[in-house]
Amino acid sequence: MAKKVALLQGNEACAQGALYAGCKFFGGYPITPSTEVAEVLSVELPKVGGKFIQMEDEIGAMAAVIGASLTGAKSITATSGPGVSLKQELIGYACIAEVPCVIINVMRGGPSTGMPTGPGQSDVMQAMWGTHGDHAAIALVPASCQEIFTETVRAFNLAEKYRMPVQVLFDEIVGHMRERIEFPEPGELEVIDREAPSVSPEDYKPYDSTKGQVPPLAAFGSEYKYHVTGLNKADDGFPTTKASLVDAEERRQVNKVLDNVADIESNEEYLTEDADVIIWAYGSTSRSARYAVNELRKEGIKAGLFRPITLWPFPNKRTAELAVQAKAIVVPEMNLGQMVFEVERAAKGNCVVAHEGRVDGDPLNPGQIMAKVKEVL
Amino acid sequence: MAYDYDKSIRPGKLPHIWCPGCGHGIVMKGLIRAMDTCELDRKNTAIVSGIGCASRLPGYLDACTLHTAHGRGAAFATGVKMAKPEMTVICCGGDGDGTAIGGNHFIHACRRNIDMTYVLMNNFIYGMTGGQFSPCTPTGAIASTTPYGNPDQVFDISKLAIGAGATFVARTTAAHPREIDKLIAQGIKHKGMSIIEVLDDCPTTYGRRNKFRSVIDMMKHLKANSVSVKAAPKMTAEQLEGKFLTGVLFEDTEKPEYCEQYANVIKKAQSA
Repeated sequence: MAKKVALLQGNEACAQGALYAGCKFFGGYPITPSTEVAEVLSVELPKVGGKFIQMEDEIGAMAAVIGASLTGAKSITATSGPGVSLKQELIGYACIAEVPCVIINVMRGGPSTGMPTGPGQSDVMQAMWGTHGDHAAIALVPASCQEIFTETVRAFNLAEKYRMPVQVLFDEIVGHMRERIEFPEPGELEVIDREAPSVSPEDYKPYDSTKGQVPPLAAFGSEYKYHVTGLNKADDGFPTTKASLVDAEERRQVNKVLDNVADIESNEEYLTEDADVIIWAYGSTSRSARYAVNELRKEGIKAGLFRPITLWPFPNKRTAELAVQAKAIVVPEMNLGQMVFEVERAAKGNCVVAHEGRVDGDPLNPGQIMAKVKEVL
Repeated sequence: MAYDYDKSIRPGKLPHIWCPGCGHGIVMKGLIRAMDTCELDRKNTAIVSGIGCASRLPGYLDACTLHTAHGRGAAFATGVKMAKPEMTVICCGGDGDGTAIGGNHFIHACRRNIDMTYVLMNNFIYGMTGGQFSPCTPTGAIASTTPYGNPDQVFDISKLAIGAGATFVARTTAAHPREIDKLIAQGIKHKGMSIIEVLDDCPTTYGRRNKFRSVIDMMKHLKANSVSVKAAPKMTAEQLEGKFLTGVLFEDTEKPEYCEQYANVIKKAQSA
């Protein structure tokens, strides 16, 4: 049987991906350019017995999402840069309390209100370092409507598997462009559900990591009663200031990501095998970069594209390898320089690393990227 | 025979963090009695709070307990209740947490008329941070950040809740322990947003700066200045000056409850 196809906007594809993953709760607040995610889920969630709530503000939406997730519902919110800033306190809460949830950030320019209807890629550092305190982050950066669908599913999988917030960042261009989507059949994409505790309610400790880095999370309203707090806590979930316990828990929560980079990482490479120059690009910018690679090859310049799909944790290993192989890495971004610093760090001075930025609300075009490549070679 | 509170308290979690003379313990005992009166299944009960002295209450109780971020208790609780309407949801916290940083969540939870019971312990001060003035600190009172007397005007929490759309609003004080559990129980049984404001005392950061020489003085003050809604109609405006009304201040059983409204949304969506 032919697959169901549709012409969908990126934001609509995101909502469909969430439904495929089994999402049952959306809490949000209207903000351009992400609002269509909310609009589609307000139509579709009640059809599958899910819940949609428009909260009074961004942080309230994040709070509702965490509360809903604690009852066992796969939960999501969607916003844009200023909204993510407002949610940051509770993104940290979800990190320390280890509550799975998915945060969609359809990126626009800025700071502040900036150009709400224009694209940007200026929240990529915010995705890693926006909330206070030490924590790990997972952020995915799809570059097409189909990929928004699959990466939204993967975001839920990673959130449930690693028991933490996962952010999906796509710029306004991908969020609002329309492309043909093939709907995967049920079962075609992996869907990971939350691991339920195997111990009795009396023995349950919500942060007991003796059997693995990610302890199972019981649902509120099941047989399990337990305590959740944003304070540093012991394995039983209750606050502690005991140095050894605080240290162990903080490190476990970061290491559960860093020790599993191979599972979380996802990159695409195009013509990198013999490349002298790597264009290191993500999101819609990677589409211009791919075009630039083809044009540069026609001119005899051996260019290749490295495209991270998982942006955080940062693809350290592969970026370092490419820096040894290539003469230069060019990092085009719709910002004035963010991921380029991570690329520089990973490159360890083994090749030239150059940035090409654009923040005027227009997309980075292939010509601009090609000019930069020629400049650095 | 002494009331058995122990079966509701998590083993090993006492003593609590509250100062000697603090009224929060009186409120916690009232809440336990109310939960017993309503025969709440603790597995199916979520107790949610924000940050502050009063927000430490859930940790002591045997239930699904959620200690969140400053001011956000009502918003977390909304997510819990919406996702699992069969759970009984109780919020608790203080005046600063609930009406300043959490003011927006407070009024909108009231507006939605979502079925939860919010026990707001109003001790007129930010206690945990050392006694800064809150939206409920009386005008003229001394706090660590109003050394010349508080220039701010005061929120009347119960009026705020009624105005915002809560459908059961009651007030009592820590000096009326018998009334606390009765009102909380009524709030739990009420289908919709119930606000139980408990005027409370903070001898450590409020009392000692505001000429209350002892906890007893504070309790006497609460008692002397409260007037039951039943007695109020017989009193003159002059007699009521500066007094706070206690008892059930507002009740509306007609307004639809939020989760029931959303259940209708689901029905409509599924039949479309």
